[in-house]
Amino acid sequence: MFLTPENLQAIWLTVKVAALTTLILLILGTPLAWWLARSRNWLAKPVGALVSLPLVLPPSVLGFYLLVGLGPNSPLGQSMAAWGLPSLPFTFTGLVVASVVYSMPFMVQPLMNSMQALGTRPLEVAASLRASPMDTFFRVVLPMCRPGMVTGCIMSFAHTVGEFGVVLMIGGNIPGVTRVVSVQIFDHVEALEYADAHRLAAVMLIFSFVVLVGLQIYNSHQAERGMA
Amino acid sequence: MNRTTSDSVLRLQARLKRSEFELNVDLNLPGRGITVLFGHSGSGKTTCLRVLAGMERAATGYVQVGNETWQDSHRGHFVPTHERALGYVFQEASLFAHLNVQENLRFGYERTPVHLRLHHWRHGLDLLGIGHLLQRMPNELSGGERQRVGIARALATSPRLLLMDEPLAALDTKRKAEVLPWLEQLHEQLDIPAIYVTHALDEAARLADHLVLLEHGQVRGCGPLPDMLTRTDLPLAHGDKAVSMLTGVCRGHSPEDQLTVYDIDGGQLLLPEARERIVALGKTARLQIQARDVSLSWVPPEHSSVLNVLPVVVTDVMDDTPGQVLVVLRLGQDTRLLSRISQLSARRLGVHPRLLLYAQIKGVALVR
Repeated sequence: MFLTPENLQAIWLTVKVAALTTLILLILGTPLAWWLARSRNWLAKPVGALVSLPLVLPPSVLGFYLLVGLGPNSPLGQSMAAWGLPSLPFTFTGLVVASVVYSMPFMVQPLMNSMQALGTRPLEVAASLRASPMDTFFRVVLPMCRPGMVTGCIMSFAHTVGEFGVVLMIGGNIPGVTRVVSVQIFDHVEALEYADAHRLAAVMLIFSFVVLVGLQIYNSHQAERGMA
Repeated sequence: MNRTTSDSVLRLQARLKRSEFELNVDLNLPGRGITVLFGHSGSGKTTCLRVLAGMERAATGYVQVGNETWQDSHRGHFVPTHERALGYVFQEASLFAHLNVQENLRFGYERTPVHLRLHHWRHGLDLLGIGHLLQRMPNELSGGERQRVGIARALATSPRLLLMDEPLAALDTKRKAEVLPWLEQLHEQLDIPAIYVTHALDEAARLADHLVLLEHGQVRGCGPLPDMLTRTDLPLAHGDKAVSMLTGVCRGHSPEDQLTVYDIDGGQLLLPEARERIVALGKTARLQIQARDVSLSWVPPEHSSVLNVLPVVVTDVMDDTPGQVLVVLRLGQDTRLLSRISQLSARRLGVHPRLLLYAQIKGVALVR
């Protein structure tokens, strides 16, 4: 194998963070996207903007606020300490929490788009067929929004794999805990280990390329089936 | 099958402000047969249907179907759509794209409480001729097939009221002709009231028992179809498409001449044998006569090719479109027949109320 144990450890850690982040985002993002897509409440606009903020903010800014917001001196950190919970910064959990915030728009946006594209008609059809709103959500909305869901998952996963600035701010650089691939590459370059940096960078490049090609194929396939 | 619904009324009283119009209707509709809500787009007919279905939460009013009250704004009572025993057929069939035909049909059936199920979900297969499509996905169906599946899907929920919102409007003429016979057959078999929204007079004439004419959100007129078609105070009787509706009882077939004889109020009518369907002796049929196919004369014409000549009494004469006159005739005891003739002919004949004339009927269509 041409990758060192440290590099493999970094890859494994990255996959763990990304998978967990995607799962959490799927669970949190689906109802959030539904609410954002359907609600006429005035709050929907600011909340939608808040969700999209990571798209435009420099990762260092986001990381900084997360560090301050989750740190032991913050209200959240103090209440967590009062409950006997460990402080989040520089831990695996903290990294996942930060990733969830950072990748949120990549899950919520595609989901929201497909939910909006659905319109009200399928909901009315389902209601006329005696399906309650909850039943409709699970049996009509979610299956019909599957392309948006798949896109959201792939994008969230890939985006989390590619994060760097936020990780550095809140996760630091602890091997096996927070040292993900992007940080590992940075370390290699700092230490002038260009060969190692090359290998890892190539893995990332190929991974990202394959993911995007796969996504394109999936989307055009869905469009043909009239589901997109 | 469901006596309570069939024998009692259907009440719709609704008010709703829209940007284009203000809906304000108060209707008592018969608890049987097909009632057609007829009007131009923007007349509020679809909105009426949506109020019945509980899809317009902003509407205030009262909705009663049989012995169930679905909405009573005074008491703050509102039954949500999914708890109303209704079938709704949308303009575009709106089948669930992620489910095949069978799964679409079963969707509502499975959600209908067992004790409310009147028939199996397969019940609609023969009724709409879709038995061979069960495994297909919606995007593999033609527009007409999709719409038939949509109707069967609505019926599979064992509704007490069937609502149809221009189910043929999205189809081209050929597909329309393909679905209409199924709707007519459905009408004969249906044991629940149905409300059918359309802006096409030919559909209304073929399907309606009862007709409600809507204009700008208000009810212009409401009554049995034959009356509504010939009421001169309503726009239906005017123009080139004016038509009268007669009921006839099949009296006999004449195989060598390929003709069928019908008894009607005030005489008999001979019709070319309908090849696709033979009406049984003694059966009632609905006969449609275009106003422009009825010409008038003082004496019964001899040496004419027109088969159907009936004595009539003029009850009303009025100017219609430029150069044309609408003559309302009474046939037999109280059957109304419309005739559209030129102003010149009317002047030459001296047409006036109470005049006895002979109506020559050039074409009669068997509607069902």
